[in-house]
Amino acid sequence: MNEIFVKLNQYFAYPFVRYALVVGVLIALCSSLFGVTLVLKRFSFIGDGLSHVAFGAMAIASILNFSNDMLFILPATVLCAILLLRGGQNAKIKGDAAIAMISVGALAVGYLLMNIFSATPNLAGDVCSTLFGSTSILTLTREEVWLCVVLSVFVVVLFVLFYHKIFAVTFDESFAKATGTKAERYNLLIAVVIAVIIVLAMNLVGSLLISALVIFPALSAMRVFKSFRSVTICSAVVSVFCAFAGILISILAGTPVGSTIVVADIVVFALFAAAGAATGGIGR
Amino acid sequence: MALITCQNLTLGYDGKAILQNLNFSVNEGDYFCIVGENGSGKSTLLKTLLRLQAPISGSILMGEGLNPNDIGYLPQQTFVQRDFPASVREIVLSGCQGRCGLRPFYNKEEKELAKKAMEKMRIESLAERCYRELSGGQKQRVLLARALCAARKILLLDEPVSGLDPKVTAEMYDLIEELNQKDEMAIIMISHDIAAAVKYANRILHIGETVFFGTKQEYLQSEMGKNFAMLAGGTKNE
Ligand SMILES: Nc1ncnc2c1ncn2[C@@H]1O[C@H](COP(=O)(O)OP(=O)(O)OP(=O)(O)O)[C@@H](O)[C@H]1O
Ligand SMILES: [Mg+2]
Repeated sequence: MNEIFVKLNQYFAYPFVRYALVVGVLIALCSSLFGVTLVLKRFSFIGDGLSHVAFGAMAIASILNFSNDMLFILPATVLCAILLLRGGQNAKIKGDAAIAMISVGALAVGYLLMNIFSATPNLAGDVCSTLFGSTSILTLTREEVWLCVVLSVFVVVLFVLFYHKIFAVTFDESFAKATGTKAERYNLLIAVVIAVIIVLAMNLVGSLLISALVIFPALSAMRVFKSFRSVTICSAVVSVFCAFAGILISILAGTPVGSTIVVADIVVFALFAAAGAATGGIGR
Repeated sequence: MALITCQNLTLGYDGKAILQNLNFSVNEGDYFCIVGENGSGKSTLLKTLLRLQAPISGSILMGEGLNPNDIGYLPQQTFVQRDFPASVREIVLSGCQGRCGLRPFYNKEEKELAKKAMEKMRIESLAERCYRELSGGQKQRVLLARALCAARKILLLDEPVSGLDPKVTAEMYDLIEELNQKDEMAIIMISHDIAAAVKYANRILHIGETVFFGTKQEYLQSEMGKNFAMLAGGTKNE
């Protein structure tokens, strides 16, 4: 046991380890807050779809040699999120088909562009690291950490302020609209915030693993708890715990950060599912 | 004064008309009943009045001072996902959302209002229960409590007593009457219970192949009203 602490202490001497921990926990927190809403709105797959959009945008940005990729990727992803989520519950074209279309399209176009224009010989490696985020969380700069901190605070504050409105719009959009809640406006707000979270999260676990970060904590919490508030709080706690534990384990065991976090999420989900089945859930 | 006035209103789905050229108005303090057969377009009319759906043609004029956040609404069917985690209290409180405007949290009065509404619907004991685990009638009462929280000037009810037991049904009618009389709340109610409609309402809109709009007395004298009342009278012992 002591050895572990000595080893961790050693690692924490490196700033990049501390940065990774801070960023990882913050992103886990943000994504889990909106994860509940997304799962309930049947937009579980939006994380994946938007991450592919971000990948396509990244390809374009790298070809055009933008000095700051983020300035291009963020608006492009936000735009797609708005297009997807704006429709809400009563959209004529259902969310999942639109997501699948955008997701597959952006992935294919992005890959094609990279293939045609890429200067790097190691294409497969490039794609792999963009998709799985093998290293990027360990190469964060001080500025990126601050950006992440500021955005996370912004997201959490927004979520708390709009918590009741998000509930009203998610539970019954028609009623909310009929009784004077500006449902479209809140749908738009949710869309923008989600896009920001996902672009942030790409730095942590990479495109393909983002969905897990959004979905697993929410689903775990829903196994056991049955009110919106308790599910939201529980999923935030679960997500932060898994991110924290996952990062520590990956440091100690030398495993890839993103995958380790997701495995931690899967383990917790299994535990919660068992607990839910055993107790029939907790009323409050 | 007219709260809602419909002129030459034609409504339907995807450009296909279901009802054509409706003309009627709902005044302050009215108890307005909409009756008609299954599929005649009653729910569609209500949704159009609530602007959840655009009319095909014609106009709906809202009287001065009637804002969407004065409206309470009970839908005929609420599609709630099987896995939605929501407690009864959370749902009833969400009826106050329209009053909040941009304010992020519910204030004391709104919490009190929600509590009162739950008492009226006799669901205080269910307050912490999970909505999806309630019986059909219990769910209906939760949604009614939510509608009561939202209503300040007008309450639109789509078959409010369907699924309620006789005791709660009677209480429900008394409650609606009380709201109408004491709080001067205008009521628009869709109902298949003609006996109740005739008993409580002051105005009746009958939609179907022919449309009737008028006071209760006029309705009882009309051919359509006589037939319908006779049919209903055969099964109801009111
Ligand atoms: N979403 C929809 N799209 C297209 N047509 C619809 C839709 N909903 C209802 N309709 C049609 O519109 C007509 C009126 O439906 P509506 O639900 O308004 O009837 P209703 O009078 O409320 O009947 P009920 O007494 O059964 O509640 C029906 O013929 C129905 O088939
Ligand atoms: Mg109906």
